Amino acid sequence: MIAELGHYALTLALGLALIQGTMPIVGTKTNDPVLMSMAAPTALAQFAFVAMAFTALAICYVISDFSVLNVFENSNSQMPFIYRLTSIWGNHEGSMMLWVSILTFFGALVAVFGNNLPAVLKANALAVQAWIAAAFHLFILTTSNPFVRIPQAPFEGQDLNPILQDPGLAFHPPLLYLGYVGFSIAFSFAIAALLEGRIDAAWARWVRPWVLGAWMCLTVGIAGGSYWAYYTLGWGGFWFWDPVENASLMPWLAGTALLHSAVVMEKRGALKVWTILLAILTFSLSLIGTFLVRSGVLTSVHTFATDPMRGVFILAILVVFIGGALALYGWRAPLLKQGGLFAPISREGALVFNNLFLTTACASVFIGTLYPLALEALTGAKISVGPPFFNATFGPLFIPLMVVMPFGPLMGWKRGDLFGAAQRLLAAAILAALVMVAALAIEQGGPVLAPLGAGVAVFVMAGAVTDIAERTLVLRLPFRAALRRAIGLPRSAWGTAFAHFGLGATLLGIVAATAWGSERIAEMKVGDNLDIAHYRLTFDGLFSRQGPNYRDMVGRFIVHRLNGDLIGIMEPSRRSFPTRNMTTTEAALMTRGVSQIYLSLGDPMPNGNVSVRLYFKPQVLLIWLGAAIMFAGGALSLSDRRLRVGAPQPAKSKAALRPAG
Amino acid sequence: MRRVFLLVFALLLSAPAFSWAAVQPDEMLQDQVLEARARALSQQLRCMVCQNESIDESDAPLAHDLRVLVRERLKAGDSDAQVLDFLVARYGEFVLLKPRLSWRTAILWGLPPGLLFCGITVLVVAATRRRVRVQEPVASLTSAEQARLKKILADSRSP
Repeated sequence: MIAELGHYALTLALGLALIQGTMPIVGTKTNDPVLMSMAAPTALAQFAFVAMAFTALAICYVISDFSVLNVFENSNSQMPFIYRLTSIWGNHEGSMMLWVSILTFFGALVAVFGNNLPAVLKANALAVQAWIAAAFHLFILTTSNPFVRIPQAPFEGQDLNPILQDPGLAFHPPLLYLGYVGFSIAFSFAIAALLEGRIDAAWARWVRPWVLGAWMCLTVGIAGGSYWAYYTLGWGGFWFWDPVENASLMPWLAGTALLHSAVVMEKRGALKVWTILLAILTFSLSLIGTFLVRSGVLTSVHTFATDPMRGVFILAILVVFIGGALALYGWRAPLLKQGGLFAPISREGALVFNNLFLTTACASVFIGTLYPLALEALTGAKISVGPPFFNATFGPLFIPLMVVMPFGPLMGWKRGDLFGAAQRLLAAAILAALVMVAALAIEQGGPVLAPLGAGVAVFVMAGAVTDIAERTLVLRLPFRAALRRAIGLPRSAWGTAFAHFGLGATLLGIVAATAWGSERIAEMKVGDNLDIAHYRLTFDGLFSRQGPNYRDMVGRFIVHRLNGDLIGIMEPSRRSFPTRNMTTTEAALMTRGVSQIYLSLGDPMPNGNVSVRLYFKPQVLLIWLGAAIMFAGGALSLSDRRLRVGAPQPAKSKAALRPAG
Repeated sequence: MRRVFLLVFALLLSAPAFSWAAVQPDEMLQDQVLEARARALSQQLRCMVCQNESIDESDAPLAHDLRVLVRERLKAGDSDAQVLDFLVARYGEFVLLKPRLSWRTAILWGLPPGLLFCGITVLVVAATRRRVRVQEPVASLTSAEQARLKKILADSRSP
């Protein structure tokens, strides 16, 4: 009964989406305020029904209703409660339900918080949002229905894939989807602006918080997935340039570019047409990402051909939305007026540089991800494009971007002073140079580019600190006065500094952990020692431990410093799940500052020895701490006065300018 | 993250067993320099039965065979390039994670620098055009406008 209610609610949501997608647009064309005002309540109702459908699915999982096929295939009554919940989106159908839930949630947010929007823009934007929702409701109902019943209900479910039985599953997909789908708001607003043929700086002010929110979620979503992989895979890799990862990186890159071009549009009225294009592209890349991972095309072109229904459906959504949006853009964009002149050396210029490099980097990820598929489909030739390709193309594009990054915030709008900015960054540059020299001196033998990367990272971090120091005059004024200035500083300025600092920290972590880490692979018997960096591990023995739905074979290792101080115990394990007859590796991590010791067990040997993989990962935590700092920067910027209480109304200045008499 | 992502999204639910150890202790060479070269080469070679995994990361039997093969060639005195050529001759270009530049991969390698070049060109052209436009002399006021300006200024001075 509950499953049927959910199914029914989803069908009703489709109907509401169709109404929401047509009536408001008719209203804007016939100038009918009643039809236009239908958008907000239907958006709320649509969300309510989708939420009902999602809740129905959640209830089926919580009560372990194995007569529902989806629950039977992905859940088990023995699983801990939290994994019974998270397994809702640990499968195709359920994750699509999460997708539309978030999509309609955002639509409802626009309906609720969009009171200050012009009526036409709001009606159009919600209508576009509804088209997307309708397409995905239809996709779920026709090809991926999670509410399908099994005639003879089995007694027990098949269990969630053990790799997914991890707290990571609770956070990673929802955050990633919040990011992906959040960009749909920017898309809808862009299409609405094109439909209306009118756009101004205020458009950027409405759209920017949504983009920023989506970007924040995507940032921590990607970082969270990366950390999950890092501790799960057993050898400490954190980024693999895999197509599914690239699918999430591309919207991030385009979204970061959008975030910056929207600033130019909001403050200076320039780059309007470009910002609209970026808004379309960013969400298009999210859709492409969904297509890539959902259609099965990645596994092989042939899988796609053997089970084409879903893939073809998503491909059709892709063609209609991306093709339609770009066609509309080609037709209407020339109508939009350009504005805001600026010199090449200026804050706008720096942001254009940022956009050029970010979009090119995004394009190189795009071509690297899709080229093998396209080539195989067109010519039948098979090639591989892997990490070496991306490192060779992405790196050279990202390093100049990072070098220029600290200059941007220090330059004035319209016409900047490059020399002045360089002077103010002198201390940061000297610090970076010192780090480079120190890295060269201490870490002989690592990759040649590593000291350069570390230097650039430090330059970015020090540049962000310089930016704040310059704004608060902390080195010139007495401390109290500087503190007052710091409190009075717009939070968006703090946000910029935090986000830039965070990116620098992430880069530093990546460089240090990949270039200067160490690795030991060895076979050990009880009592053996293994040294790494400044530490010595002693193998103490194996024992087994029973978990709720698995059994652990735990290796116990005692960790000393090389000078003999006891630091602690590490217990990596191999975890076997009887339901699926699978074994996973549970690595043990020991954090020392922001570095980590990483230990994982291989298969047990017949002679009772174990093979172990031991790593020392210097500064590795900076990778994810950096992402957290970026998130904090976004949050600070979101709490800016401009967005909390709105931009000041120019009423006074208008009155002053009115001709007397 | 590959496997996690793949499992979250693509849901390869039929995988029977997972074990993560890639390079095994017994595969490794005694000679540290050769072993380091073998590891570096392994990271450039694809395990052909896996999804986008290098033979250095994969634990498939094929990856094991390839790792041993690479080490054998290195011990026999091959250079890095010779090892790669040998494997390409045997398994085709598919084995290389970084495809070689050829007509077939021209677009792949050409797009990023090409796009950057085009972007820079467009921006430079736009900037020079804009500068020309800004430098155009502003049309001077007509005599009627001059007179009106004078009147306005005079008005504003008188209280």
